[in-house]
Amino acid sequence: MTTQPSAEGHDRASTHPGSGGVDTDGDSNAEPGSSIDIDVANRISTVVRQEWPTLVATLLADFGDLTIAEDAAQEAAEIALTRWANDQIPERPGAWITTVARRRALDKLRREKIGRHKLELAARLEDRLQPHGPDGAETAELADHRGRPGTNPERGSEKSGAKMRDEQLKLVFGCCHPALSQEAQVALTLRSIGGLTTTEIATAFVVPEATMAQRLVRAKRKISAAAIPFVIPDDAELLGRVAIVHQVLYLIFNEGYGASTGDDMVRVELSTEAIRLTRLLAKLMVDDAETLGLLALMLLTDARRPARVGPDGDLILLADQDRNLWLQPQIDEGVAILHQALRLERPGGHQIEAAIAALHNEAATADDTDWPQIAALYGRLHQLRPTPVVALNQAVALAMADGPDVGLARLDPLAEPLANYRYFHAARADLARRAERIDEARAAYSRALELTSGSPERRFLKRRLAELPQADQTNEAN
Amino acid sequence: MKYMCLLYGDESTATPPDSPEFMEVMKAYQAFGEEAGAAGVIVAGEALEDSHTATKVQVRNGETITTDGPYAETKEQVGGFYVLECDTLDEALKWAAKIPAAQDGIVEVRPCPNFG
Repeated sequence: MTTQPSAEGHDRASTHPGSGGVDTDGDSNAEPGSSIDIDVANRISTVVRQEWPTLVATLLADFGDLTIAEDAAQEAAEIALTRWANDQIPERPGAWITTVARRRALDKLRREKIGRHKLELAARLEDRLQPHGPDGAETAELADHRGRPGTNPERGSEKSGAKMRDEQLKLVFGCCHPALSQEAQVALTLRSIGGLTTTEIATAFVVPEATMAQRLVRAKRKISAAAIPFVIPDDAELLGRVAIVHQVLYLIFNEGYGASTGDDMVRVELSTEAIRLTRLLAKLMVDDAETLGLLALMLLTDARRPARVGPDGDLILLADQDRNLWLQPQIDEGVAILHQALRLERPGGHQIEAAIAALHNEAATADDTDWPQIAALYGRLHQLRPTPVVALNQAVALAMADGPDVGLARLDPLAEPLANYRYFHAARADLARRAERIDEARAAYSRALELTSGSPERRFLKRRLAELPQADQTNEAN
Repeated sequence: MKYMCLLYGDESTATPPDSPEFMEVMKAYQAFGEEAGAAGVIVAGEALEDSHTATKVQVRNGETITTDGPYAETKEQVGGFYVLECDTLDEALKWAAKIPAAQDGIVEVRPCPNFG
């Protein structure tokens, strides 16, 4: 058994931007790392994070065990932080860190009581590392790797681009394996591919660190106990498996964007992380229209982020946002990527969603929004995904195009399936308010409030509720 | 490695052994047995009598306590099992999906640890 809870002990919040410092031990100021300049540390962290998926995928291919791969990667990252800060970031940081990580993993395997097949594996890997001396004079290797663009001392990293791409894809599909819970898929994706620490993931999802550590350990234990393979699914399964990866990435994105619990908007970093991971997937799955669609959707949605929350932390609705605050270059990129996706002529839900986002982003003012077109796109989306939530969005778009009463009529059949969905009640409240059905609006705002825990959203709903006229002017019952 | 496949189903809707439908079910299991058997995947497999025939045994303070009935009185009960030999979970899940119980019940796939 190689998976042990203690393995997570290596997983310290030391090597990544946003982790708030460079302490390698949290409480130890005597660490050499603690004197490292913050900018340097952040630059190194960025490099490490860029290299992370390749690093973990390579180690996973070598050792066949995600826990070994991750622990070694984490140790190497910590070594890189101190060594590079004292010197400089090597020309080929990926090769450097892979060599160090491999050596660490081998040392560990040798120290532990390991099975014969692993010893054989170790021997094979040993051969690969041989040119640098049997004692593994690490410093010599490190010197070798620095500033020599023409040389490639890391034979293991000579893998072709296609091979490396496949290995990263295997990691992606393994982390998002359907035999794992979605919570586990999300945590593993952020940890093993994104390179976030357990602390960072726990903070982002507002759960105690021990809970997140346990979740990761259990997931990895299941992977190893049930022999969940890290493979690229065959054609028959590929579409469904890619959809699971998309769900995981989109959930991470929305967790950051929606930030439905907790006050700190620090969690928006999750959106940035989701975009980064989706970019990676788009690079690994060349010409996958839906991956591009998802990337476009995230970029176009995230481009509105600066306008979404007011200076007082209040949520600002799309219609009331200052459109000058939108990130125009990001919108341009999102639209370009959407067009790239559409040219592949393999339509899909994310592409439609991105097209809807683009219509919003391209309207100079809220009044200029092409609501009939948006309603039509939601109609198409509903054909692909006949869910009540899509129907809700279609109803809202129709209300904008044809008036609130049209929308409200569309909402009635959704009341039951969406009884506990806060956006249903918020949307109903808004349409009822505009249709001047005040009692109905009040009831819906109250229900939405009951279902909402995030402070900015709560403040918004409370304000709207308070702004309603005191008595209903119409004779609507309920 | 070995995977235990537990076949869960609703006993109240199970086909009685003297019905023509039962023969169909038997044929389906026979087909699975032949296919998985030819692939060398099946280590063991049995059908189980209804859960009301189950007996629980506990030993407490050296005393054996025997109670009638299955471990848990749930709608879905284990009605049979296979032990499959597969390289990966994906392979085991592919075979599990072919077990007739997956059509109207649930097949739970559990890896068997190798303590050797």
